[in-house]
Amino acid sequence: MKKLCAVLLALTMLLPLCACHGSVSHASFEVPEEFDESRQLEITFWAKNDSNAAQSAIYRQAIADFEALYPNITVTLRLYTNYSDIYNDVITNIATDTTPNVCITYPDHIATYLTGENVVVPLGELMADSRYGLGGSELKFDGVTQEEIVGEFLDECAISGEYYALPFMRSTEACYINKTYVEALGYTVPDVLTWDFIWEVSDAAMALNEDGTYAVNGQEVLIPFLYKSTDNMMIQYLQQAGGGYSTDSGEILLFNDTTADFLYTIAEHVAAGSFSTFKISSYPANFLNAGQCIFAIDSTAGSTWMGSEAPLLDIPEDQIVEFETVVRAVPQVDTENVQMISQGPSICVFNKADSQEVLASWLFAQFLLTNPVQIAYAETEGYLPVTTRAQRSEEYQDYLSRAGEDNETYYSVKIAATELLLDNIANTFTTPVFNGSASVRDAAGQLIEEVVKSVRRKTSVDEAYIESLYADIISLYRLDQLQTGTGSSGKIALGALPAGAVALLAGLATCWICIGIYAAILAIRKKKQE
Amino acid sequence: MKKWIAILLSLVMVLALAACTSEAGTDETDAAVEGMTHEEYAAAAVDEAVTVVTYVQAHQSWWDDKITVYCQSPDGAYFVYDMACSEEDAAKLEAGTCICVTGYKSEWSGEVEITDATFEFVDADPYVAEAVDLTELLGTDELIDHQNEYATLTGLTVVSLSYKESESDPDIYLAVSYGDTNYDLCVENYLTGPDTEVYQAVAGLQEGDVISATGYLYWYNGLNMHITGVTTAATE
Repeated sequence: MKKLCAVLLALTMLLPLCACHGSVSHASFEVPEEFDESRQLEITFWAKNDSNAAQSAIYRQAIADFEALYPNITVTLRLYTNYSDIYNDVITNIATDTTPNVCITYPDHIATYLTGENVVVPLGELMADSRYGLGGSELKFDGVTQEEIVGEFLDECAISGEYYALPFMRSTEACYINKTYVEALGYTVPDVLTWDFIWEVSDAAMALNEDGTYAVNGQEVLIPFLYKSTDNMMIQYLQQAGGGYSTDSGEILLFNDTTADFLYTIAEHVAAGSFSTFKISSYPANFLNAGQCIFAIDSTAGSTWMGSEAPLLDIPEDQIVEFETVVRAVPQVDTENVQMISQGPSICVFNKADSQEVLASWLFAQFLLTNPVQIAYAETEGYLPVTTRAQRSEEYQDYLSRAGEDNETYYSVKIAATELLLDNIANTFTTPVFNGSASVRDAAGQLIEEVVKSVRRKTSVDEAYIESLYADIISLYRLDQLQTGTGSSGKIALGALPAGAVALLAGLATCWICIGIYAAILAIRKKKQE
Repeated sequence: MKKWIAILLSLVMVLALAACTSEAGTDETDAAVEGMTHEEYAAAAVDEAVTVVTYVQAHQSWWDDKITVYCQSPDGAYFVYDMACSEEDAAKLEAGTCICVTGYKSEWSGEVEITDATFEFVDADPYVAEAVDLTELLGTDELIDHQNEYATLTGLTVVSLSYKESESDPDIYLAVSYGDTNYDLCVENYLTGPDTEVYQAVAGLQEGDVISATGYLYWYNGLNMHITGVTTAATE
């Protein structure tokens, strides 16, 4: 009976573990003294491409070049077309200890990964290692030094004072403008756009011909102002307007009066038919290229899809309209204080039980910062290399100088988008990173999406609506359950335990108490018999 | 005492199992529930609230309490995008299942769909649509009237085949020609993934093959049929 009890107890203790999807944790990573080249090591690399085959080819070439230098390392590539899928897959795989070795990601996402113990490798020590670190003596390639990584971009990879990623590419958002239509409406595209200018021109564009078509394009469809990433729209506006978003310590300030005022403005223009979003209408590039949009805001990393001469197209050629495309920074509140978001992929290294495997991953991560990879990848889209070595190289400067030579490699809109960021590195900003910051970002975009949908569905957007919207979004993204705190110290508070879990824990405690009492009784009886 | 421990242990084990089960379930209504006819749905403006009683034909992978469903009734078809659905209910969405869907009529890149939808099961006899040959409507304005329907297109010549640059979501894009015009077909990974017969059959197609394709007449800037079956002229 005692044996049976013990087995049952063991089973009972295992069950809650199964129910909780527990994660496997590793010891913290320590840099090995030597990289063991006698061992075959396999690492996985999860990367994102912008539905751009050239990017996938560059990843594959980088892997081949790296494997040629390190024949004992095999890199397996897994491609994604968006960051959120990588994020979801990593989260799922943390629990089963099947994370990739190297992963393209965003710092917001890393902050969530860090809630697991020793999941992501802190890079500070590795970066500084004289042999295998940045510019290290034992590297088999001409690795970049820390000083050669653009400081602003590297700083974006620090969480709570520790680097958890290397920047890979940087982009920002740009406004791709149908200049032909703007001028047809009697306006001139300014050097620096303002929100007021875009709203005014967009509303003016809604004028109709007698046959019901839009006067500016002669078509039945026109959305003058289309925004791809509404989270960025809200974040950049709040940054420019001085409205709160969040703090470094994880305090959420998003739900404020500046946000509400911006939402009222958006509602007004949705009602006029002059504004919509990617989620509600489709890709801004498709409308822009069909002459159905005047101001299309999307990443500079989407520039090869923008304009009537764009090398990548997603609509039938017979729908494309000829017009002149110009590129400007996102609209501003204050033209004397231009501010735009810095975004783009970073590289993080996941911890594993085998420190040699981690070191191999780190070597590969560094290899992605070498000039051949940086320059080739940057040229696929309006990306900017993250190293000054690549930016200042003769090859890259030559590339920039040849804008407009063709509509492929030297596509003028793409290079204009790249130069937009190059000229504005000092005007970029990022949002605070903490566990839950990814949810705050989602919430910022969802506020706009909900307002747009509501107006289109004839719901009045007033004070009561905004109050209710704030409550709904806070609840949807569990923002009221985030504890303040940064990085790995910040844990998501999941609220009170469910009744079943409480009963389960109480049952376990009761079992142990009963077992204790039973053992004590047996001991007393035994003592009495003695 | 031993009995008490045994009882307590049993209770704990039951509780542990209970902790793993989901809570939500979707109510079932009887067949008397009425929705719009397809004609009424077609006449509704984009962004209007709509309710339709229809039949599940197929669905994409469930994820995060949402599911995208291909529905059809005898009078027309519906594409229900990201419908709220528990994993437990998703398992019950078999072909032919009658459901009442409430949401908003939307349009995304030419695809008319129901979004922000919820649903209830309806107790009714199942209905599974037969594929109708709509080849003759290719290139005509009438084809869009059959948007989202289960259909067959025959005599298509393969022009090119490419994969989405994503190993996690490897859709296959198939360009075909019929007459002088090219059309886009898609093997949607979330509907028919790499393990399915159609995925493998399409992956093996060569330029110039003449095929018949069966699937749902999805739209993305024009016809972008989500194919669920393909045969080549040689195997027909």
